Amino acid sequence: MSRAIALIDGNSFYCSCERVFDPKLARVPVIVLSNNDGCAIARTSEAKALGIRMGEPWFKIRDLCKQQGVRVFSSNYTLYGDMSARTNAVYRDFAPRVEIYSIDESFLDLSDVQPARRLELARDLRATVRAWTGIPTCIGIGPTKTLAKLANHIAKKVPDLDGVCDLTDPVAYDHWLCRISVEEVWGIGRASLGKLEAMGVDTVADLRDLDPRPVRKAMTVVGERIIHELRGLSCLPLELMPAQRKGCAVTRSFSARVTEREVLEQAVATHATRLGEKLRRGGLCTTHVSVFYHTSTHDHGAPMRSVSTTVTLPEATNDTLALIAAARHGIARTWRDQGERPWRYSKAGVITTDLKLLDDSPRALIGQLDRERSGPLMAAMDACNARFGRGSVVPARAGLQAKRTWSTKFEMRSPRYTTQIRELPTAVA
Amino acid sequence: MAGLYRIEDLRSDDLISIPIMGPALCAGFPSPADDFLEGALELPRWLAPNPPATFAWNIAGDSMRGAGIFDRDLAVTDRSLTPIHRSVVVAIVDGTMSLKRLVFEDGRPRLTFDNSDMPAFAVEEMVEGEIWGVVRFSIRWHIARAGLVR
Repeated sequence: MSRAIALIDGNSFYCSCERVFDPKLARVPVIVLSNNDGCAIARTSEAKALGIRMGEPWFKIRDLCKQQGVRVFSSNYTLYGDMSARTNAVYRDFAPRVEIYSIDESFLDLSDVQPARRLELARDLRATVRAWTGIPTCIGIGPTKTLAKLANHIAKKVPDLDGVCDLTDPVAYDHWLCRISVEEVWGIGRASLGKLEAMGVDTVADLRDLDPRPVRKAMTVVGERIIHELRGLSCLPLELMPAQRKGCAVTRSFSARVTEREVLEQAVATHATRLGEKLRRGGLCTTHVSVFYHTSTHDHGAPMRSVSTTVTLPEATNDTLALIAAARHGIARTWRDQGERPWRYSKAGVITTDLKLLDDSPRALIGQLDRERSGPLMAAMDACNARFGRGSVVPARAGLQAKRTWSTKFEMRSPRYTTQIRELPTAVA
Repeated sequence: MAGLYRIEDLRSDDLISIPIMGPALCAGFPSPADDFLEGALELPRWLAPNPPATFAWNIAGDSMRGAGIFDRDLAVTDRSLTPIHRSVVVAIVDGTMSLKRLVFEDGRPRLTFDNSDMPAFAVEEMVEGEIWGVVRFSIRWHIARAGLVR
């Protein structure tokens, strides 16, 4: 049977998550802001109609939002992550092989479904996700990932399709490819677009019909791959298991500038704590921790400083306490006391680039870390944080959450409706 | 679609068990939610057979005493359940989430209170109402709730 891949994604996903629990958000413009309430990263169709663009800075649209009654939210990633897990659980009910591509997009393998039944299955899936989780979705089906992505775009833009488009159907394939602009193809960036225009390519069908070899010269192997994918020849397999990470970074901008060493140390200890969690979740460990912190290029006229240093550990570890010690050592050897005009640091982070599987890593002969003691301690800490909420148990070095003045701002965040017993939604009886 | 959930669209299939919610790893983009994941509320499988469709609600008010649900109880809805005659439901009424009993009178759905101190007749017709989810079970605290809430 022919290959069929579906791309399903949530419509204005973050905004839709907010709408599930707050009926007053129905049919009004809603936007969600990025970390530190920087810019708009999700918009409902009503908000798009007001001219609010993707990535538009919050300070530029604040007045417009007030005038037009736009409901504005800080990102509530706890909620979005939980709703994403719920939608994917429903997808897995319909397709045995699912690749979670991003927080709101997943590829499903529908090759085992008879061609004539694919549309019906997609409609059923869409209705089930909507009923069970409240999230509206669109589904595109194609013989390759690139065509599935294109089909998803068509499903979104053409209301008559009712949220589903199947390009494994030859009639639909012929109908749409000559009607959609080439700029909608996945992987075609602004640079390629100029080159394609010069070659007289206007629609997706024009691109498909190019000779792949000259395209390879102009747009590298990526361009050639896109042409094969548009012809129905799959070059991008489903990635059911995420690839093993080679590096990992935890970096944050401060919500207010930092000038004191203790505060910087606390922030870096917090990032190292998070780094440890990430490594343990993947069963990974590291022998080097890089620490950086710097001032902001936006602070014109203020003294500038940018520091980066790498600390070597006695042996590979993912123990939060060892990572914190390394990060603090990095600060200790690079910190310079503040003078008349202090450095006002805007961002800090910890980075590792040499991740290995913990089980494969050799033990040190001298200066060995106590894995037998630290393993159960870290496991207990992770379990507490999963059960009682993030930040319930932290190393003292990271400071108490309530007292942090530098951590990321989420001033207009909605309640964590699905994961915190104290923040559950209320129904009036 | 009139609401989040229209009665005629509901599935009547048998429930299917789904693995409990947990953090998912993305193959493509690292999830921005990665740093904020928390364990979902823990409910045993025999109480909540369909985790992705299961949501808990705080209840405020006493209009559903007849159903055994009191002020400050917790009601757990399962959005994969089909609302039927006499289902207890969370419904959106005039833009507010409310707990009601669904009854069919002459084939017409109505949302009613369930409290002998209150008028027994249907209080709203299902014209503007939308059913958000069917209540599968509720939880009562028999000691001061503050002692239990973490």
